[in-house]
Amino acid sequence: MAVAAVPTRPTAPGDAHPIARLVRRRLGVGVVTLFLVSVVVFWATEVLPGNAAYAILGRNATPARVRAVEVVLHLNRGLFDQYWVWISGLFTGNPGQSLVNGLPVWGYVEPKIINSAVLVLVAGAIGALVGMALGAIAAVRKDGWFDHVTSVILLAATSLPEFVVAIGLIILLSTVVWHVLPAVSLLAPGTYAWNQPELLVLPAATLVIVIVPYLMRMMRAAMIEALESDYVEMARLKGVPEWRVVLVHALPNAIAPTVQVIGLNFLYLAGGIVLVEYVFNYPGIGQALVTAVDNRDIPVIQFIVLILAAFYVVMNIITDVIALLATPRRRIAR
Amino acid sequence: MIVNAPVAPAAQPRHVRRIRRHKRGAMLWSAARTPRGMIGLVLASLVVLVAVIGPFVTPYSPDANAPLALDFAKPSAQFLLGTDVEARDVLSRVLDGGWVLLIMAACATALGIVGGAAAGVSAAYLRGASDGIIMRTVDVILSFPQLVFALLLLSLLGPRLWLITIAVGVSHAPQVARVLRAATLDLSERDFVKAAELQGMRPAKVMWKEILPNLVSPLMVEAGLRLTYSTVIIAGLAFLGFGPPPPAASWGTMINENREGLALNPWAVIVPALLIALLTIGTNTFTDAFARVAIGIDRQPEEAALIENLGQELGK
Amino acid sequence: MKHRLEVTGLEVRMGRSGPDVVRDISFAVPAGEVLGLVGESGSGKTTVALALLGHTRRGLRITAGQVLLDGTDLLALNPRDLRAARGARVSYVPQDPSSALNPTLRVGTQIREVMRVHPGAVASAGDRMAEVMREVRLDPTPEMLRRYPHQLSGGQQQRIALAMAFACRPSLIVLDEPTTGLDVTTQRHVLDTVRSLCRSHGVAAVYVSHDLAVVSGLVSDVAVMYAGRVVEIGPVARLFGEPVHPYTRGLIGAVPSPERAEALTGIDGQQPRPGRRGAGCSFAARCGYAIADCTTIAPEQVTVAGRSVRCLRAQDIQATHPQRLPAVTGPPAVAGTPTLSVRGVTASYGSTPALSGISLEVPPRGCVAVVGESGSGKTTFARCVAGLHSNWTGEITLQGTRLAHGARQRDKDVLRRVQYIFQNPYTSLNPRKTVGQIIDQQLKQFTGLSRRDRSARAVGVLEDVSLGPDFLSRYPDQLSGGERQRVAIARALVVQPELLICDEVTSSLDVSVQAIIVGLLRRIQAERHLAMIFITHNLALVRSIAQSAVVLHQGTVAESGPVEQILEHPANPYTQRLMEDVPKLRPPSSGARASTG
Repeated sequence: MAVAAVPTRPTAPGDAHPIARLVRRRLGVGVVTLFLVSVVVFWATEVLPGNAAYAILGRNATPARVRAVEVVLHLNRGLFDQYWVWISGLFTGNPGQSLVNGLPVWGYVEPKIINSAVLVLVAGAIGALVGMALGAIAAVRKDGWFDHVTSVILLAATSLPEFVVAIGLIILLSTVVWHVLPAVSLLAPGTYAWNQPELLVLPAATLVIVIVPYLMRMMRAAMIEALESDYVEMARLKGVPEWRVVLVHALPNAIAPTVQVIGLNFLYLAGGIVLVEYVFNYPGIGQALVTAVDNRDIPVIQFIVLILAAFYVVMNIITDVIALLATPRRRIAR
Repeated sequence: MIVNAPVAPAAQPRHVRRIRRHKRGAMLWSAARTPRGMIGLVLASLVVLVAVIGPFVTPYSPDANAPLALDFAKPSAQFLLGTDVEARDVLSRVLDGGWVLLIMAACATALGIVGGAAAGVSAAYLRGASDGIIMRTVDVILSFPQLVFALLLLSLLGPRLWLITIAVGVSHAPQVARVLRAATLDLSERDFVKAAELQGMRPAKVMWKEILPNLVSPLMVEAGLRLTYSTVIIAGLAFLGFGPPPPAASWGTMINENREGLALNPWAVIVPALLIALLTIGTNTFTDAFARVAIGIDRQPEEAALIENLGQELGK
Repeated sequence: MKHRLEVTGLEVRMGRSGPDVVRDISFAVPAGEVLGLVGESGSGKTTVALALLGHTRRGLRITAGQVLLDGTDLLALNPRDLRAARGARVSYVPQDPSSALNPTLRVGTQIREVMRVHPGAVASAGDRMAEVMREVRLDPTPEMLRRYPHQLSGGQQQRIALAMAFACRPSLIVLDEPTTGLDVTTQRHVLDTVRSLCRSHGVAAVYVSHDLAVVSGLVSDVAVMYAGRVVEIGPVARLFGEPVHPYTRGLIGAVPSPERAEALTGIDGQQPRPGRRGAGCSFAARCGYAIADCTTIAPEQVTVAGRSVRCLRAQDIQATHPQRLPAVTGPPAVAGTPTLSVRGVTASYGSTPALSGISLEVPPRGCVAVVGESGSGKTTFARCVAGLHSNWTGEITLQGTRLAHGARQRDKDVLRRVQYIFQNPYTSLNPRKTVGQIIDQQLKQFTGLSRRDRSARAVGVLEDVSLGPDFLSRYPDQLSGGERQRVAIARALVVQPELLICDEVTSSLDVSVQAIIVGLLRRIQAERHLAMIFITHNLALVRSIAQSAVVLHQGTVAESGPVEQILEHPANPYTQRLMEDVPKLRPPSSGARASTG
């Protein structure tokens, strides 16, 4: 009320471009983040105690051999040089070689990236749809039996660590109670997940169970807020039939906050696959990361961490943009 | 000439139930009396009891290999829950395996809450440059895949428990900062804060005396949530091999190391998993009950804070 | 003449058998006429308004009564027919269009929707849309129709709401305080539009409001509501001219008039909430005419002097005339340096200018009213003086001492001498502190008194604002709006300031409470020899409290001078227009219709 005396000047649609501004800002943060991540990763792996060469050679480390390995790993050069070699290698598509099996990192990791991507997409999509549907129904039938039952079950599900869920599913469906699904994947390295789709089931189910509750609660809360809003009351007072009130008036307003959470869920999945793939031995980058960490396979570690960080940045941007698109009030300047 | 006059006393949102929240702990007590609150409290307390008292009542030493015992023996009179992968008594290990987890989770939570609160409240109240710096840092930290990064550090430095605790605590701080920043932004525009400024109060004192007491509810809800997540992450790291070094007993590690014997003696996996599950369900349920009583809305504060933050950014 | 709308015995309860929210509501409206439904907050008027469409808010149920619209009882319709009637035969205009219009739908869609869901109501939706837009004085261009609600001004949004309401040519329109939040000129236009549309289409209307002045210029009959009952109903001239029911009398006595400087009489106490209303008359506890029977017997409506009154003593009261207190005179002018002297203050928010070249003086013990509409800069001005806003240039002097720009740069003693009272009593007190703690903190910050002395002072200042010492241990959310504002005033007074800045301190309060607060401020100012700056948008109120006034318009001083001069002979065209557009309640002695310009 104390702002300068300008009654709101109505503007035509499409005046400013908050989307472009937002993308630019996020990209800026993203690039800085990626840079920082690369520096930290590099520093962590190359500088900290536990020289890689010694780690690899172990007991066989004679000074001569250590020096030889160092040359291969460029460890004999200065720090900045090493960093530069690595970074430029990344950009030219050559992130080095695995220390463990000697294969080029890219070739080793690429099918795993695809497998993980498939897992994340499948789990994310199913989770999103199921979560949103459950949330919308629970909101429309608020305080009914469906609402209470689902909210209690899902509250429990969301509290569980995903490896507990994974173990639970294994016990239930694989080992102890029923023996329907394979507990552990036996894919030869380098094959793609869709060749044996039943291997996707348990990992995907685990992830879905973990993310659905979060989404459902958000959707439910957003829907309830929309259904109790003044504009929905106004629509009812206009004589609009209830189905139209829910679908045309309430739902679009509930989508924006929910979409942000969907994006967050994808982000969470990127981290969550580490544990889940490990439990099920699913050939994705999560499992590859754990293996690499166990073996101190440094180029692989560096590369995978960077990939994940990049995924985070991109996902953040996409989520925010979609949320913005869903909210005309923010999209179009006053 | 009634212009721009808000309709007389309309401050109450329509469906919020107000309760007397002035006596300390009044809300906690009301939360504990709801069905969810009761269940949550009971579950969590049960597990805490086991973890705290457990180490003093183990029938065998948790680390010792039992003589003449088989790996993964089924439960018997001698070993109530059977034996594990190294022929140790599962019951003893279960009793001994929780207290480290609890302490680490509690410390990580405390670290995250204090750090996040300080950052969030200061950012929102001081505005300007402080706000920018703090929130950019928060953004960057949040852009890190935390588990992955923790793994990285730990793989190189070894599973130092204090390092894990700090890493988890630091990873919580940005979330807490966001939630509290949103809450503080709302508060710092309120007139009673302005009134305090007109009394000549220094900013730090204003934050401490005027703003913080009004943040108790969101803070406690956040604390509950963070405690749950801390337990989850720390147990998860133990599961992956980054917990108390063997042969120490830890629930997370037990689940992993006894996986291979699931067909023989599932209890070695089921019992620690169950305990972790009950603990996290308990804390989360109680936090949920508390949130309903204190804030009265069904929305979790985290989501609200995110949307708030996005709104602030775009509104600039 | 058959009435278009006939409401009989309407009753709404909380739940099927809970306490009643409104009861025994009966009135009738002929075609083409408007009925005003007035009451303060908590009277149940919005509940009645929504019930006319068969709608209730959560937790409420319509438990008895009939709403006959052209002979059809809306409350007896099955849900499908009720839905068909809403929007087509009876429609609703909301109080706050910014929240009642869906933010994700374009306004054209929202108007068209009401015609779509009632097929057959209009011959051609497109034509009717253009027609109704023109009727509410909006341009029916495609560009306008494609806008989202947030791209429109408050006045435009309200017109869209009106268009939605009139689109299907309903027989009855229910308007719920539709001009709250609009500036005076826009408000006048909206009222004119409503009046002409009703007349030309023969539409009956019910206009809910808390603002008696607005209502008096628009409606033909008025129903006054208190604690869920209609206490008086009759033709507006008679009702406002010679009110009979004690509550109506109190209400009229509390409404400030721009034409006379009157002492406003408030009504002490509060409206009882549903469930606390007791068996007898709900107003008995606050009524000056109450007798023993009033608390046990619930009064029925009796016809007295051409209107219907719900009071046991209606006949007796009608014979007496309401006490009009004499016009008040301001305190004697005191010579000396002005308490506050403002010269050439220019302020801005970032790069947006807010104030330009403001100069005024507050004489010792005097009260200056700073009047303006929303956006005029009056609150910015108050904040600059207090130091809450530091981005200004110019000179502000307090008894000879120049004031620094921001509160943080000012001396503690300077801060003490200038005290500020905020508009919203719900946010100006820390909800986590008791009244005692709030006042104590003020004392601790500014004085070095011992605990015992502080305590004594706190009790003393509460007494000054007519609150007992038991208030010290209460929390703000246990107090009513008026009580909270009194605590805020006590907090300001306890450190013995020289200048009091009152920033719209009564705008969030009911009119009867407003009168009490204004009376309190006057008394305190006189007793303590305070100078005062009174910020308000309510021109009428100015007369009852200030000796001189400054009118702000878009950040500059439009006019300033003694109150009588500004209100009776405004020189500036802006002020003249304001005075014309201000709705006025009729003066009690004249029978002429009040003008609304």
